[in-house]
Order: sequence, then structure tokens, then C-alpha cells
Amino acid sequence: MAFASKSPWVIHYDGSSCNGCDIEVLATLCPGFDGERFGVVNTGNPKHADIFLVTGSVNEQNIGVVREIYDQMVEPKVVVACGICACSGGIFHDCYNVIGGVDKAIPVDVYAPGCAVRPEALIDAIVKGVAVLDEKSKALKESKKRGE
Amino acid sequence: MTILTTLIGTVAFALIAPVVGCLLAGLDRIISARMQGRVGPPLLQPYYDVRKLFEKESVSVNSVERTYVGCALLFAWVAGGVFFTGGNLLMCVFIITLSSLFFIMAAYSTRSPYAEVGAARETLQVMAYEPMVLLLAVGFYLAAGTFDVGDVLALDAPVITTIWLVFLGLLFILTIKLRKSPFDLSMSHHAHQEIVRGMTTEMSGPTLGLVEIMHWCENVLFLGWIGMFFVWGNPLSIILAVAVVLAVYFLEIWIDNNFARVKWQLMLKSAWAVALAAGGVNIAFLAFL
Repeated sequence: MAFASKSPWVIHYDGSSCNGCDIEVLATLCPGFDGERFGVVNTGNPKHADIFLVTGSVNEQNIGVVREIYDQMVEPKVVVACGICACSGGIFHDCYNVIGGVDKAIPVDVYAPGCAVRPEALIDAIVKGVAVLDEKSKALKESKKRGE
Repeated sequence: MTILTTLIGTVAFALIAPVVGCLLAGLDRIISARMQGRVGPPLLQPYYDVRKLFEKESVSVNSVERTYVGCALLFAWVAGGVFFTGGNLLMCVFIITLSSLFFIMAAYSTRSPYAEVGAARETLQVMAYEPMVLLLAVGFYLAAGTFDVGDVLALDAPVITTIWLVFLGLLFILTIKLRKSPFDLSMSHHAHQEIVRGMTTEMSGPTLGLVEIMHWCENVLFLGWIGMFFVWGNPLSIILAVAVVLAVYFLEIWIDNNFARVKWQLMLKSAWAVALAAGGVNIAFLAFL
């Protein structure tokens, strides 16, 4: 049995979001939607997190930060791009400093579009991310068994 | 009290305390959620969390961090074993302090600025509660005539009748020991972003799992201290003790959810003032009257 799906701890990073998606990310964890029902806890520490929620597009300023947070997270880990800017750059896609969606910096597992992304969509995305987390957890276990 | 009983007690405590502590932690999270108008996680959520942590990749910033955390857990087990087999209360107090010191060493060893801030604050917390804990042991000796916890079963009246002021003092520092708000300076269970995560900043995966298990065991031990005040010769008193322990735990959760964190200066001053007023006065009465 994989326990990764039963306690998805998230870390939230605001790339260059307009704060619309950030408010929705936090709303997901507030009493109205209560993400903790599913064991979702908002951590501020990449070393404790399983799911990386990125809002906003990646630009020249923050690409290093996004990569650093991803690198500090411990396997198994999942990245969810929250909102259309994080998915593809959104309306900012042709700004001079914008590189594009989060997948330009790190591998993204789940895309949750929306402007701003709704808490319902976000919960769906986390649930989808949790399934990926379970798969990765299983793969990690097998590789441990093989002694890699 | 032979070494063998303590050893058997330690093993039994190491098996039972995590289960009890895990359920208490689950209850804590549900009750906290209800107090905040939320549904809250399932009762076994802390268990799921720890199992997940053990499934994660094993990563460590150095080779000694997990050894220190392991020692902290080991000594928490020994302290529980000494206490619940009716051993020496003073010994139990010293061993659990040793456990706290190992945990502080673990945090310092990572050399992370965040963890060092957490460790420095934890040191202050130990400084804040330790006088009251020592006065607890002294008060217990004066009330029961022995340091041996097992001897309360031979008493005619529970020690609460003579050292109720010490009990109130213990209640005050229990908030610090359980790392509940307003005294959750070194690492909070709620504000997960507080100076990243205090002492556990650099701890991840299995190491963090061990830390969680240590907290469960510590909580059971500290609640055992509370229960100790209400046990005497009557076997039914155990039920009373359990009821009081649950009431105190609920009180701690209520305090946790209703008070904002204080600065360390206030924590240190108030804890020492309480130790002096509650512990000192009670012990002075017992010793000189």
C-alpha cells in the first residue's frame, strides 16, 4: 500500500503570478474547501513537501528559484502548474522577460488551467497529482528493492 | 527497581506509546480543525504522514543528524520505560532532558540558519521549563516521601491533594513541552512556514518520521506525569487519572487554538515566575510547615 497519496504535503511558490491564483491556492486550504480532509498540508519547506504548486509564469528572474525548490524536494515529488500562466505563460506569454510555462524550467506532471484557477480545479489537479505520486512512490520502492 | 524491569518497560513503551501518541495526535488535529470550523483529517492522518515519510527517499545533509535524532528517540523511550514501570521520577526527568538535548544537537548539526534559530529557541524552551520540572520532582518527593513513581499506588490520597500548586505549574509548562501555541517557538505544528520550519528545517523523509514518533512518545510521557498526580491506592483512580489526562489534553488543544505566539522573553519570564510562585511556594510550605 502506498501512503504517498494519503498525505500530500504541498509547497506553494508564486512565480510571476498576479496573485489571483495564489489567493485560490490558499482558499483551497481554508475552511471552505479544507484540503486537510485529504491530508493536504501547506509546508513552507521544500524538503518536507511532496507536491510543488507553482503559480505564474517562469521568467528570467525566477527560473533559478523554481529549479532550486524543485531540486531540494525529496523524491517522490510531483509538480502541478496552477493557472494558465503557469501552464503556458498565459496572457503574459509574449512579454519580453517571460520564458513561458513552468515546464520550461522543470518537469510538470499536472496542468490546472484557469484564470484564476478555481479551488475545485485545484483539488482535482492535486488528486491527479496524488495518483502520479503513488506511481513514483511505487517505482522508488522497486528500485530500492533492486538495490539501486 | 531492577534494570530488567526498566528494560522490559522501555520495550513495552516503545511499542505502545507510538500507537497511543499517534491516536492522540490524530484527535488533536480533528479537534483543532473543528475549532477552526473545518472537518479535519481522518483520525489516522498522523500515521499516514509518518508512513509516507518513511517511504520517501532517504536524504540527509550530514551523517550524524539521523544518529542524533535516533538517540533522542531512544532516550525518550528509556524515559518512558523508567516512568511507566514505576521507576525514579528524577531519573525520568533527566533522561527526557537528555533526549531534548540530542534533538537540539541534531538541529545544530545541520548548520542551516533556520534550524539554528529553531535550535536556539528550543534551548530557551528547555531553560524555561526545566526549573518547574525539577521542582515537580522535588515536590513529588516531599508529597510521596519517595522519588519512585510506583509508590503512589500505596498512598492513601493522591499527591494532588498536597502539591496542587506544583500541578498548576506543571500545567503551565506542559504547553511548552508539548510545543503548543503560545509557546511553540522552536517548531510549530501549525504555522508551517514559521522561519521555514524551525528545528526540522533540514530533516526530511525517514528522519522527520523519527522526529514525529519521538513527539508522540514524549506527549504520552508528559501526559503520564499529569496522570501521576491523580493515582493512589484505589485501583479505580487509574480511570480518574485517564479522564484528567484527556481533559488536560483538550485544554492544551484549546489553548493552542486560541492564543497567539509570545516572544521568548515573555515565555522565559513567565515560566520562571510560575515555577517560583507555584513550585517554590508549594515546596516551601511542605518543607517548613
